[in-house]
Amino acid sequence: MNVAVLDRRPETVSQIYKGFIDCDVHPFYKSAAEFDEFLSAHWREHRRTIGGRTRQGLSKASNYPRMSPGNGQRMDAWPPDGTHPGSDLPFMQKQLLDLFDVSYGLLAPLVGGAAGERNIEFGSALATAVNEWQLARWSDPEPRLKSAVQVNIEHQSGAIAEIERRAGDRRFAQVQIPPRGLEPLGRQRYWPILEACAANGFPVSLHLGGTSGHPSTGGGWPSYYHEEHPSYAQSMQTLVVSLVCEGVFERIPNLKVVLVEGGFAWLPALCWRLDKAWKRLHAEVPFLRQKPSDYVRQHIWLTTQPIEEPERPHDMLRTIEWIGVDRIMFSTDYPHWDQDDPRFAFKVPLPDEWRRKIYHENARALYGFD
Amino acid sequence: MAGLAQTPAADFVDCDVHLTVPNTRTLIPYLDDYWREHVLRRGIDGDNLEISAYPPNAPINCRPDWKPAKGLPASQFEQLRDHVLEPFNPRYAICNVLHGSQVMFSEDLSAALCRAVNNWIAAEFLDRDPRLRASIIVPMHSPDLAAAEIEHRAADKRFVQVLMFSMTELPLGRRQYWPMYEAAQRHGLPIGIHAGSSFRHPPSAVGWPSYYIEDYVSQAPGFAGTLNSLVAEGVFLKYPELKVVLIESGVTWLPAYLWRINKTWRGVRSETPWLNRPPSEIIRDHVRLTVQPFDDPPGQDQVQAILDEIGSDDMLLFSTDYPHWHFEGTDAIPAGLPKNILPKVLLDNALATYRRLN
Amino acid sequence: MSRHIVAKVDEIAPGSCKIVTVKGREIGVFHANDEFFAIINRCPHQGAPLCRGMLVSRLESPAPGEYKLTRQGEMLRCPWHCWEFDLRTGQSWCDPNSVQARTYAVEIEPGAVLAKGPFEAETVPVTVEHDYVVLTV
Repeated sequence: MNVAVLDRRPETVSQIYKGFIDCDVHPFYKSAAEFDEFLSAHWREHRRTIGGRTRQGLSKASNYPRMSPGNGQRMDAWPPDGTHPGSDLPFMQKQLLDLFDVSYGLLAPLVGGAAGERNIEFGSALATAVNEWQLARWSDPEPRLKSAVQVNIEHQSGAIAEIERRAGDRRFAQVQIPPRGLEPLGRQRYWPILEACAANGFPVSLHLGGTSGHPSTGGGWPSYYHEEHPSYAQSMQTLVVSLVCEGVFERIPNLKVVLVEGGFAWLPALCWRLDKAWKRLHAEVPFLRQKPSDYVRQHIWLTTQPIEEPERPHDMLRTIEWIGVDRIMFSTDYPHWDQDDPRFAFKVPLPDEWRRKIYHENARALYGFD
Repeated sequence: MAGLAQTPAADFVDCDVHLTVPNTRTLIPYLDDYWREHVLRRGIDGDNLEISAYPPNAPINCRPDWKPAKGLPASQFEQLRDHVLEPFNPRYAICNVLHGSQVMFSEDLSAALCRAVNNWIAAEFLDRDPRLRASIIVPMHSPDLAAAEIEHRAADKRFVQVLMFSMTELPLGRRQYWPMYEAAQRHGLPIGIHAGSSFRHPPSAVGWPSYYIEDYVSQAPGFAGTLNSLVAEGVFLKYPELKVVLIESGVTWLPAYLWRINKTWRGVRSETPWLNRPPSEIIRDHVRLTVQPFDDPPGQDQVQAILDEIGSDDMLLFSTDYPHWHFEGTDAIPAGLPKNILPKVLLDNALATYRRLN
Repeated sequence: MSRHIVAKVDEIAPGSCKIVTVKGREIGVFHANDEFFAIINRCPHQGAPLCRGMLVSRLESPAPGEYKLTRQGEMLRCPWHCWEFDLRTGQSWCDPNSVQARTYAVEIEPGAVLAKGPFEAETVPVTVEHDYVVLTV
């Protein structure tokens, strides 16, 4: 079989991509001590002695090592001073923000360890520290970069306090919660936190990851990163199911949720399955007043990376139609190894109106950017 | 007139029909002397070994007209005869039992009870109608004992498949499970992987959901995790004749899954270097799916699109999934399946997958 | 086609690469196993600077759990999505176009530029003449 693939060769960035909004950018630290500046003496000492403790066997590295140095970074994204990819603002500007004249970049820090920390008071302190760090190192010197409010959702009062602390601060675009937590995010114990997000005008960003302590598949722990990598898409699906079936969107009608780095092509079949099961099982969830896919359409957005690659590229168009082009927002995931280049991620030409929405307008509208 | 509503004259195999063990006492005659004494002594015969993955009275799990006045659905031969064999008249119907014997922690007890269930299936169903076939149920958490049950049962050619749940203690591709696959391959038996979990873990990494509807819907991403494991661990390379049937997976999740798993493979191949061809090829060669439930797109005309994306008309196997409620009357073929693939879906693919049917 | 001297032989240490620009195109010149290879610095997948990637060996396996190292240092791994290319031929190891599926048809996108056939990195003929590395472009 010959699969037709597009091998476009523009050497310069065409006008189409200039100014896009990148919905997933990963800042890093040059030294882990950068957070100390924003921690009290007590927590600095705690960090030095006990350190971060998450629900996994390795304390500093991932149980599933990645495929390239630096825990899965683009090999050409190491700054000239040899520090970690994503840690150098000028280099990020060169490789991403200025190269494409990016309008806004939504930060999704995966550093600091706030969300997964088992000592929840420490977790909340780390969250505050990472939030201050984002402002000081990233959003203040580079206003195109929007910070994401870090919280530890097991510490309800701490999380709500942090959300309220950042309310109205336009340097923060959303609240970041990892999909994998102790319980599915739709569970009632988390509602006050989700209510605080909505009440304070923050979409909730569910960037893949999290150390829930539960195996990454329902059938146990896989052996390989080859399985772990796609397992995040499965976690996104069960997370959507939880949010919908628990009635979160009935209870919090102005809640907006962004699924980040989970891909998106799985969504149509999940919605068909949800609607079908609901037809028979609606008595179990009587508080749902619409069919499940309606809630998805109204409340959930998805970023594109890692973009699925249909064997026949044009099948991508039907997938987008099924989801609704208004729901999809482009992301690079810079500087990770599996990041997408805005010029070449889609292997099929998109209609102009779709391109505008996916690269610009959907994110602009969701986040309220001018 | 007997037959499928849409194609009354069609010859077909029903690749997923459920039998329910009515109660544990039923199994007493089918245990050997030692285990009978053991079970009676501990009163296990009075324990209800129903699994939590399939509450029998949940609407989706029993069509109203298949619900008996007394007792559990699909627990008596007469129900099977009246609800499946006579109205549908399949060439064969493959019976799958989902029972607590498969999920117990005590390995030897699990094996003994599984053997008893298989004995019950043979005596009270297979012996009573020549159209009936069955899956061997095995203690899935004990690969060596599972292999032993396969060895023990394989001589009875009416057992055409080995059955396990999609989600158990370890992902199904893990090497610890390979003795089961070795035995199955040796006897030419496909592995039937049925929707369900022994709930040694929550249904996904995000934890324990509140509602049954969530568990139910989670089965589809659950199958994705299972396939990831079977592929990545190289099960189909080690056992090149092995076929796997995903039973009650929903089907339409498959294309997006294939796109993603191929994409991962291109970059991560060196971690699992035995994968010397794209996972989608491996899956098209080795994996089959029963058609009910079929999580269909909103328009029937879009079913063809999904089938094109699946990219093979050898993969689908017809099933009613009796007594689960997916259709009315005998209208069991998923809407929108094009007529030109029906001969394969209804018969040929089953005969190719289940060699013992030939 | 013309010949271009791009480097002295001892400029490119074994296992390393020099990226040169010839006729407006970036080309990575590699020194691997006493030979020189040249590849256009562009991954056919998403346009990554291919030659900034890693020179690797072919990690193969006859069966799960058995590992074999071949073609040492003769594969080029893309710095982004880690696709592996044969330095000698440019052929992608995970050739996606080898899938055979009966129901598939050749799809043509009107008005767009296609690359039919396997994903290949574009190689450039290299010769060593006296002490110089010469590309024919």
